[in-house]
Amino acid sequence: MSGPTEWLSATETAQKIASGELTAARIVDNYLARITNVDRELGAYLAVDGDQARKAAAEIDRKRTAKEPLGPLGGVPVALKDVLVTKGLATTAGSKILEGWIPPYDAAVVERLRTAGAIVLGKVNCDEFAMGSSTERSAYKKTKNPWDTSRVPGGSSGGSSAAVAAGLCAASLGTDTGGSIRQPAAFCGCVGLKPTYGRVSRWGVVAFASSLDQVGPLTRTVRDAALVLEVIAGMDPRDSTSLDAPVPKYTDALTGDVKGLRVGIPHEYFEGTIDDEIRAAIDRTKAALVERGAVMVDISLPNTAHALPAYYIVAPAEASSNLARYDGIRFGKAASGAKNLLDLYLRSRGAGFGPEVKRRIMLGTYALRSGYYDAYYKKAQQIRTLIKRDFDQAFQHVDLVLTPTTPTAAFRFGSKSTPLDMYLADVFTLACNLAGLPGISVPCGLTVDGLPVGVQLMGRPLDEATLLRTGDVIEKAVGLGSRRPGGRS
Amino acid sequence: MIPEELLEHWEPVIGLEVHVQLATESKAFSPSAVKFGAPPNSLTDPVVLGMPGTLPAFNRRALELALRLGVATESKIRARARFARKHYFYPDQPKGYQISQYDEPLCEDGHLDLILAGEVRRVRLTRIHLEEDAGKNTHIGAFSHVDLNRAGVALVEVVSAPEMRSADEAAEFMRALHRLVRWLEISEADMEKGQLRCDANVSVRRRGEDRLGTRTELKNINSFRFVQNAIEHEIVRQVRLLDDGERIIQETRLWDSERGTSESMRSKETAEDYRYFPDPDLPPVVVDAVLMGGVLRSLPELPNQRFDRYLKLGLAADDARTLISERALAEYFDAAVKAHPGDQSGRMIANWLLTELLGALNADGKTIEETPMPAERLSEVLRLVEDGTISGKIGKEIFEESYRTGDAPSAIVERRGVQQISDEAALWEIVDQVVAANSRQAEAYASGKDGLFGFFVGQVMKATSGRANPVITSDLLHKRLGR
Repeated sequence: MSGPTEWLSATETAQKIASGELTAARIVDNYLARITNVDRELGAYLAVDGDQARKAAAEIDRKRTAKEPLGPLGGVPVALKDVLVTKGLATTAGSKILEGWIPPYDAAVVERLRTAGAIVLGKVNCDEFAMGSSTERSAYKKTKNPWDTSRVPGGSSGGSSAAVAAGLCAASLGTDTGGSIRQPAAFCGCVGLKPTYGRVSRWGVVAFASSLDQVGPLTRTVRDAALVLEVIAGMDPRDSTSLDAPVPKYTDALTGDVKGLRVGIPHEYFEGTIDDEIRAAIDRTKAALVERGAVMVDISLPNTAHALPAYYIVAPAEASSNLARYDGIRFGKAASGAKNLLDLYLRSRGAGFGPEVKRRIMLGTYALRSGYYDAYYKKAQQIRTLIKRDFDQAFQHVDLVLTPTTPTAAFRFGSKSTPLDMYLADVFTLACNLAGLPGISVPCGLTVDGLPVGVQLMGRPLDEATLLRTGDVIEKAVGLGSRRPGGRS
Repeated sequence: MIPEELLEHWEPVIGLEVHVQLATESKAFSPSAVKFGAPPNSLTDPVVLGMPGTLPAFNRRALELALRLGVATESKIRARARFARKHYFYPDQPKGYQISQYDEPLCEDGHLDLILAGEVRRVRLTRIHLEEDAGKNTHIGAFSHVDLNRAGVALVEVVSAPEMRSADEAAEFMRALHRLVRWLEISEADMEKGQLRCDANVSVRRRGEDRLGTRTELKNINSFRFVQNAIEHEIVRQVRLLDDGERIIQETRLWDSERGTSESMRSKETAEDYRYFPDPDLPPVVVDAVLMGGVLRSLPELPNQRFDRYLKLGLAADDARTLISERALAEYFDAAVKAHPGDQSGRMIANWLLTELLGALNADGKTIEETPMPAERLSEVLRLVEDGTISGKIGKEIFEESYRTGDAPSAIVERRGVQQISDEAALWEIVDQVVAANSRQAEAYASGKDGLFGFFVGQVMKATSGRANPVITSDLLHKRLGR
């Protein structure tokens, strides 16, 4: 095959390598060249591991020649959000406090990707410790939205969404604590799937909020998301919260059939400020589904308004605890010139953490103070139960819930001037994490300015298949087709 | 000992928090091995080091062991216990928090029975919870060294109610708990290895007062003797302060066993806030019927149950108490009783076990577990004595030889030809000879020198190399000598 290979889907890439039409070496070289050319401007990657990637590609090509099995992702180059721990490859979580740390082990999802034949190109940018919605909170660099470089790629998995959208990898893994996969996917015109809590092992995921974090794929197609999920999902004894449930063949779920599918439209999600163009794109999506036999059902999720405050108790509380281990002593960077132990802690953490991380540590520490636990953390957990109950009730009548992924398309750098403005960017995606449900964002058109719009689907626990099947139909009906950012190719 | 007059107006109140290291092969939440004395930081893994992205996976073995203790102390066991994170910054705690239990502990409201001055004293246990150990810091010159071999080792913390009244009682509590956890085989509980560690909360109050006084917490008391000494010292310290009109500061004090005194470590008034919350990485610990069934099956007969059984058997309370001081001793006793149905009261066995065998083991510096003399062999010696094959005196010699050589007692008897002579005709012959050979003494005895009777017994024994049945011998001598 001649011509560019960087726009092939992950599925096509694996097929063409398996059939011998393309070599993994050529694919990897093309991506590495494109990263060199394009990423200086875009800023998606924090670290590129060209040597290892070439070595892995050569191994795939050797296997292919030797007629050994290549794995479902044989030769597919991937980029990993930098909160995923990679053996021998620097992992920073976008924070200065982890600068220079070379992990001695791979995250479970990285092991699974490698076993499936995927090739790790490198690590991509994110908000520090995944705390943010624009990737502006990375301690290292700014990542730009490939559709409009004056705008953010979303966050916190903004490096992943930018790299996938700009053809700098075939697929990426991100993490989603309150929307950090779905929101950047929407902003960059990718598919982003947050699996059911426990569907994917968190072993080796630098923890932000343990009861909310989940790893998932960011891809150019729904089928790719299904393919990657098949590889990374499944029980892991090292993660006691991972679910012991069989992993279906998600790619088989993409039947193209949504006849009789009952789609819940929660009115609470449509009452606030939503850009007209977003509303219009969502309406077109609904119409396309109806046209193909799906049924729209008005539903209510009455506790929706409490999701944001509950989230901003639970997530910072857990974060304040999870981030207690960063003292610069066993890994990462210790401050110099400390006079005693306390001074070492204060200096290392003072210099190592950025302002947003410090803000959340303070919020969380406050919420967990002795005597305040009941009023804050415990109450927030009770709200979670109510939110989950809302969804349980809704799922007695509908097969999935459809909302916009975000109230606006990608915003400009620096436009969310207060933390609260930034927190509100995630208003539609938080409930899904609080309830532990699977959620997906699928592109459903462009604004007149040429910015992608995402539609969010939320499903029953462990029913990723229905989200993927519906997402696949949406993608074909109102997706971006062959439209690519900035006319680049 | 505390001078009595010092406590005339003041009543000590003591509560203990005891950490017991569970005898699991691997750590509480990660695969690293648990061993004592390994090179520093050789028993670690990414979880123990608190590396980013690592997660705890609970070692179910620790749960089973903790449940044994819960059952043995008749605690209420929670069907769904939870782990909680206890936060503090210190290099011995790599995650910045310790995985412990807070408001949903595994066990509550149990008790431990002590025997003090012959009386049973029941001490309530507020709770028993699971947690992980911290590492160990050593300070050498300008450097602090951190060894994380112990970090993440599974512990239970046993918390007594504040209802002990003396250092003796506290020390006895430690001994009873030590005995129990070893009995249940849930811990080696070697205090020198830090497998059993005690913190004591001590306060005093005016006699008759209900309210508790301000307490201090004593740390670093890692032997039974130190428990006693440190608490006595603290009671005296507090009473003297109060008698002088001063007040007690709530603080943590470190016991210095060399100097026999304690010093303030930190004041609790600036106490840390541990910010407990349920660990989101660990699902609730569910204790269901299947698990409890397995635990109950694994549970040996408990010391107190066995004590009662021994009393019913017919043992003296002192002997019974000694036997239950160590499970191996009690097991030995039971095995010996089983092998010797002739002594169902067990008195003779207890007697031989506690004097002869323990004496010999003591002399060799061996424990009962290391005995070269199995219970069946001790029983055999007793059987030979009881059925008259050998005399009790010979029995002790046979015991010693069997203990030393490992030979079967009956074989030794055979070899040495020491079977007792109980045949009356044979003994008459010897008695006749002895009396004939000592006619002067026989006359003296006949004329009232009672003390000479023993002389004749001795002569018969001498003539038979001690094999003459002493009962029959004395019977025949009485007949022969006429009195």
